[in-house]
Amino acid sequence: MSDAPAHITVRNLTLAYGEFVVQRDLDFTVDRGDVFIIMGGSGCGKSSLLKVLIGLKEPAAGDVLFNGQSFWQDPETDREAMLRKFGVLFQSGALWSSKTLAENVALPLATYTELTPPEIEEVCSLKLALVGLSGFEKYYPSEISGGMRKRAALARAIALDPEILFFDEPSAGLDPITSKRLDDLILELRDSLGATVVIVTHELASIFAVGNNSVFLDPVTKTMLATGNPQELRDRSADFEVRNFLQRGAAATISDG
Amino acid sequence: MAPTHSAAEVEINAVDPANLLVRLRGIWLLETERPSVADLLPQLDAQPGLERIAYETAGIGAWDTGLVTFLVGLERVARERGLTVDRKGLPDGARRLVELTFAVPERAGARRGEQRQGWLSRVGTSWLAGTRAVQDGIAFVGELSLSFGRLLRGKATYQRSDFFVTVQEVSVEALGIVSLVGFLVGVILSFIGAMQFEKFGAGIYTANLVGLGIVRELGPIMAGIIMAGRTGASFAAYIGTMKVNEEIDALRTLGINPIDYLVLPRALALMLMMPLVTLYANLMGLLGGTVVSVAILDVSTVLFLEQLRASISVGDVLGGLFMASVFGVLVALAGCQRGIECGTSAQAVGEAATSAVVTGIVAIVVSCSLLNFIYTVLGI
Ligand SMILES: Nc1ncnc2c1ncn2[C@@H]1O[C@H](COP(=O)(O)OP(=O)(O)OP(=O)(O)O)[C@@H](O)[C@H]1O
Ligand SMILES: [Mg+2]
Repeated sequence: MSDAPAHITVRNLTLAYGEFVVQRDLDFTVDRGDVFIIMGGSGCGKSSLLKVLIGLKEPAAGDVLFNGQSFWQDPETDREAMLRKFGVLFQSGALWSSKTLAENVALPLATYTELTPPEIEEVCSLKLALVGLSGFEKYYPSEISGGMRKRAALARAIALDPEILFFDEPSAGLDPITSKRLDDLILELRDSLGATVVIVTHELASIFAVGNNSVFLDPVTKTMLATGNPQELRDRSADFEVRNFLQRGAAATISDG
Repeated sequence: MAPTHSAAEVEINAVDPANLLVRLRGIWLLETERPSVADLLPQLDAQPGLERIAYETAGIGAWDTGLVTFLVGLERVARERGLTVDRKGLPDGARRLVELTFAVPERAGARRGEQRQGWLSRVGTSWLAGTRAVQDGIAFVGELSLSFGRLLRGKATYQRSDFFVTVQEVSVEALGIVSLVGFLVGVILSFIGAMQFEKFGAGIYTANLVGLGIVRELGPIMAGIIMAGRTGASFAAYIGTMKVNEEIDALRTLGINPIDYLVLPRALALMLMMPLVTLYANLMGLLGGTVVSVAILDVSTVLFLEQLRASISVGDVLGGLFMASVFGVLVALAGCQRGIECGTSAQAVGEAATSAVVTGIVAIVVSCSLLNFIYTVLGI
């Protein structure tokens, strides 16, 4: 993939709420097939960055390019068409609470495909089975547990076989086994769908288990401190903050350069 | 009495011009009387050469957050004056809590100021907020028009089932209250009319009052206000709750326009059903008026109905139904707009429902006056 543009390019991005700048000068790329981790301390702006990537929040400055095509700054861009290639798993799941799980998965299918209702039903059952929820088609989101809701939301996110999957803290609030299974599922889906995955998380175990690329956001300097493979960053980052975070606060103060 | 059981006390001693010793004694609990930091300020400021504050707490009894707030407050004040605070003399637990409090420095720019504004700037702010609200309202109407355009071109994504569910909600399920209110308004109107007209021996003209009053104005207004209270509020609460749960964001990230998906079917359903509901409210009102008039006036049912029929023209009825349709769109707009603009808290959902009803009723009354003016000019 030498000359082709990176799957996601973030260019000079500044995130702000009104006057309050959360992050500035973000610059990084995500290649096709990466499992990309957005990490950093609490409140540093990870969720805000994700919101800009999935088109929910306009950046204060800068741009995001998907396959080299500008998302925010090119007035010609058909954003809704680009969004259709994304699957998003929200931190809270954000399932439509007045619809059953099957109806939740069915909505994107009914909206963007020509499938007949029986075919849609079949696909819904398949997607729910993929995340281990077969038999729960007729349940409402309020009738299942938090972990199940996350998996149901994942089934909805992969309904349209997206090119890019975005996750906001997928393992928050899950027990270690469920969380590990979710990690495996994410990798599995990446391989089978050929998708690029972007994950916001601060679970170190997850970061090293699934991530092969990352960006580290710092709440103090309000910019990114490093980008690259998380294992390499842990062992060899020039920045103390980054090593310290990835080594669970156990990094030696002296640089091991 | 042992000092550790007495009320909280603080005593300040100057050890030398640069050092101050703060002595704390007694019980420092939240629910007991405690000295405040403000009381100590004069003593702090009385010593210009001061550099350091130390504590002596041998006489301290039970303590809880009450003590810690005092210590933190004092330390803040001391830091503002450039003094160093030596926490060594404090009880172990209290010292660690104070240390924790100051461990994470405050994020620059994160604190929200509570600035007091003068009345002039308050007037200005609320004027700006008012014009903003009007602009937002107009922008929302614009978005809905675009959405309607997409619907006509077959490009809008919405669920047909939502449309039918709303149709049922605003018609069949509202019939009970519409019947009751419609009938009673007819009754009231004919009571008033009969009392007055009877005095002049013109009791039969009650039919004109009831007929025109209900069909041209009161029928549509009743139906509109019932819809604003019933349906407008429910739209706002439904969409507002979706907003809180990030369900609207989930729609957006799928490339589904929330206006097309949520607002369009509701606005269409109300626009189409309001004339029918109004027609029904009219019938109930006329029925109520007839029953009462025939009962208290000296006229036969046939005569009254004949007078009623003669007093209402087709134009009156259609004018009223058109008005009802306009009210329907306004109620749906108010409800959905408040829902979409809703903040992300339980309180915001409540406020959205309230303001949907208020906005809906105001819009109904204002547009009713405008339409009546237009009808009069056009001679309808
Ligand atoms: N809607 C908002 N309005 C104003 N400020 C906001 C808003 N949302 C977030 N912020 C601010 O932006 C900063 C970053 O928030 P964000 O939610 O992106 O953090 P995060 O890195 O996801 O944190 P966490 O790991 O705890 O989820 C915070 O300081 C927060 O106060
Ligand atoms: Mg977050």
